[in-house]
Amino acid sequence: MTTNSTSHEDAHEAHHGHSHGHEAGHGSLKSYVTGFVLSVILTAIPFWLVMGDVLDSKVATVAAIMIIGAIQIVVHMVYFLHMNTKSEGGWTVMALIFTIIIVAIALIGSLWVMHHLNTNMMVMSPEMMKNLP
Amino acid sequence: MSNIQSQSAEKPQFYLEEDHHPEGSTNLGFWLYLMSDCLIFATLFATYAVLGRNYAAGPSPADLFDLKLVAINTAMLLFSSITYGFAMLQMERGAKQETLFWLGITGLFGLAFLGIELYEFHHMILEGATPQRSAFLSAFFTLVGTHGLHVTFGLIWLVTLMVQVSKHGLIAENRRRLMCLSMFWHFLDVVWIGVFSVVYLMGVVG
Amino acid sequence: MFSDPDLLKFIFGRLTLESIPYHEPILVATFCGVALGGIALMCLLTYMKWWGPLWHDWITSIDHKKIGIMYIILAIVMLLRGFSDAIMMRIQQAIAFNGSEGYLPPHHYDQVFTAHGVIMIFFVAMPFVTGFMNFVVPLQIGARDVSFPFLNNFSFWMTTAGAIIVMISLFVGEFARTGWLAYPPLSGADYSPGVGVDYYIWGLQVAGVGTTLSGINLIATIVKMRAPGMSFMKMPVFTWTSLCTNILIVATFPILTATLVLLSLDRYVGTNFFTNDLGGNPMMYINLIWIWGHPEVYILVLPAFGIFSEVVATFSGKRLFGYASMVYATCAIMILSYLVWLHHFFTMGSGASVNAFFGITTMIISIPTGAKIFNWLFTIYRGRVRYEVPMLWTIGFMITFVIGGMTGVMLAVPPADFVLHNSLFLVAHFHNVIIGGVLFGLMAGVTYWFPKAFGYKLDPFWGKMSFWFWFIGFYFAFMPLYVLGLMGVTRRMSQFEDPSLQIWFIIAAVGAGMIAIGILSFIIQLVVSYIKREELKDETGDPWHGRTLEWSTSSPPPDYNFAFTPVVHDHDSWYDMKNRGYARPLQGFKPIHMPKNTGTGAILAALNVVLAFGLIWYIWWLVAVSFIAIIAVAIGHTFNYKRDFYIPVETVSAEEAKRTELLAKQV
Repeated sequence: MTTNSTSHEDAHEAHHGHSHGHEAGHGSLKSYVTGFVLSVILTAIPFWLVMGDVLDSKVATVAAIMIIGAIQIVVHMVYFLHMNTKSEGGWTVMALIFTIIIVAIALIGSLWVMHHLNTNMMVMSPEMMKNLP
Repeated sequence: MSNIQSQSAEKPQFYLEEDHHPEGSTNLGFWLYLMSDCLIFATLFATYAVLGRNYAAGPSPADLFDLKLVAINTAMLLFSSITYGFAMLQMERGAKQETLFWLGITGLFGLAFLGIELYEFHHMILEGATPQRSAFLSAFFTLVGTHGLHVTFGLIWLVTLMVQVSKHGLIAENRRRLMCLSMFWHFLDVVWIGVFSVVYLMGVVG
Repeated sequence: MFSDPDLLKFIFGRLTLESIPYHEPILVATFCGVALGGIALMCLLTYMKWWGPLWHDWITSIDHKKIGIMYIILAIVMLLRGFSDAIMMRIQQAIAFNGSEGYLPPHHYDQVFTAHGVIMIFFVAMPFVTGFMNFVVPLQIGARDVSFPFLNNFSFWMTTAGAIIVMISLFVGEFARTGWLAYPPLSGADYSPGVGVDYYIWGLQVAGVGTTLSGINLIATIVKMRAPGMSFMKMPVFTWTSLCTNILIVATFPILTATLVLLSLDRYVGTNFFTNDLGGNPMMYINLIWIWGHPEVYILVLPAFGIFSEVVATFSGKRLFGYASMVYATCAIMILSYLVWLHHFFTMGSGASVNAFFGITTMIISIPTGAKIFNWLFTIYRGRVRYEVPMLWTIGFMITFVIGGMTGVMLAVPPADFVLHNSLFLVAHFHNVIIGGVLFGLMAGVTYWFPKAFGYKLDPFWGKMSFWFWFIGFYFAFMPLYVLGLMGVTRRMSQFEDPSLQIWFIIAAVGAGMIAIGILSFIIQLVVSYIKREELKDETGDPWHGRTLEWSTSSPPPDYNFAFTPVVHDHDSWYDMKNRGYARPLQGFKPIHMPKNTGTGAILAALNVVLAFGLIWYIWWLVAVSFIAIIAVAIGHTFNYKRDFYIPVETVSAEEAKRTELLAKQV
């Protein structure tokens, strides 16, 4: 948006006539290349960790994969999808945050609920399943 | 229009004399669509997370996944992302031929990605690891397959847009559509990060 | 050639002559009725030469007002179907005692209760609510249409296509016998091998596409198309609740879609998501579907809350009490509705800690809802209340909904739920909130906005008849179910052993009969009002002394809604305009930029019905053909770049001059 950010909310709202959605944000060559290089590195590390069996503990490897994956998602959001707090008046970021919350609720909630269910109802564990005839 | 505040003090203005042009909604609308798509994937991820260890005495990820293949596949998708970025940069410059060229390259990378994925599926099915074999495999094929279907639709869309750009040039409508497809394409990338992290890498780690 | 079974199977899939239920007298009679009615309607259309206008002015229309009206017509038609199911169940349960099997065999009864639930939620309440949001929101925010008018038309036709798919199941094949959420393993291929569940799946999937897209459309509209000056805290409350509803729609319907895809993969491909074999887990389906299902009930009730807020403020002649708290309560409900889904299956066995968490969140969600009730009461307090029909529905709502809400809190206590789960107490509870909350709201909305849509008010006498029969009938129909539920009677039973229960079912059937009279009164009201339309005419455009922008334009509004875009200074903006000497502009009109009509939406939806039919009956050639046709039509549509036109300034001037004349007559 080209409007001065100091304007009162009303006036700010009234302004939307003049910007025709140019603010969706386009990258420059530099930003695309930066994003690409970063994501190559962030892809290579977890693959290397798993394929090269670098870390001794499984937990550490899984944690590393998850953290690096999350960072890479942010990199893609910023450099390829051009996310920033200003595009579309902040609505894209707001929608994204809301979606992340819902995704987290659905994922964690399902895992929590189903884990407790499996524990209580004594569904066969994977180990027991493996030993099925 | 910008001086409503000063006017409303004494003589309020109750309507606009000139035309009112609300700003374009397409970017926001398309973003909201992507968010809803994101929730489809979230459901599939949740299903994979809950059922993904139910091997039913069948093969497990460590038996099935060939990480080298996955790495190549990931590279295809990453390359297609940067080439789409180049297409967008050319579009900004208004260079029609160059835009079409980079779109074509993007399409080829996308096709390569799909080819490799189909090869992997084919290979797994031949080994007896079919979607019917266990809940783990059902969830795996559905999650990865849904991503693949999205790429397929992205490719159909890409070809359609290439025809439209070559026919009508980089007019406003086509630029808007290229922007939407760009968001779609990069969004599929983001989903793929989740897929290779959660399904392939964490699956092989165990 | 005709006897070649392979060829027949190729052409017709699993569709055979036996699939047509010509041996069921009830269905044959219904079919004859529907067919005769259809033929009569077609003859009328042909005789009056209405086919052209129907296509040009309605089916292809991208005008949000017409689409809104069509949604509501769809909802009312489906209400009649859903209610016939209801009354069939009530009669069956009232007579199936002492060894009598009643008149509905179990396999038919099971289809009836499934169809009743599916139709009432997906094809009555949803299109009703969406219809209101479509019609009212752009008018309330001072816009000329929604953000994506073509998409709006497409969404409507997809919803209708879903309804058509479900209706086909009445005459070709059968419907699901699984209950409205089709829990596996019962809905899996092993236990429901027929076409019923497939009708269910594809009906919902097709309609779900429409619902999701319409949600996206309306969010974009509210965010982007508001009149200048209308900041978020100056939006009318109905627009606020619509915004929250559509956010819920966009954030939950994909979950339903994905869950049903998994179920259909189990049925069609033989995967093992929700089976009992090879690692599948049916409980996962129940978990996923309720992550959608609970927000869904708020999708239905929030717009109704919005309608009540508008009605209460208008008919009390006061500003809404606690506007800001109303907005915050709506947002709080929106978020909290994602944190309560497990209360639908406390008995599944997730254990004490999980049940405690979801029990507590469920109780918390009643707090913002209670705050809203107080806000409405305080709005009425010391107001100059006009007891017109919309206000009657609102008062009826407040009494009924509070009872429903309190039984809801009872069910939220996990130990109590272990006793009441799956009983008629639960059935009574959710009808109490859905009828008392959603339906009463929708009826209030119909009466309130009808003059805006058609230019004349609804006849108040028949409106009052409808209200009282609905209101009293509701208590007769559902209070007995609370009693029965507490006595331990479970839901979805077609016959009973204990004769002492019968009296309660007879009372409930009487109540259903009273509701039938209420619905009949509503239809009579429509007819009577049409006949008396000159007498009931609204020439001011503001028949109720309204407070929001939709009342500033004529009734019915012109195609372009507002000749000049309004500028907003207050959340009761039209009241503010009237108070501070707004003078209607009489000249200086400009040509108005509008989108063009298109038939693509209706064509795509029709192809989707064909696709679904092929999938349901395993007619694979039809699936392939219609799928390719859908892709081709969709791509073809994108090659059309000429999608808009200008309403010439003469038309605008003429329209506005007509209104000036009408208004002058008023003074």
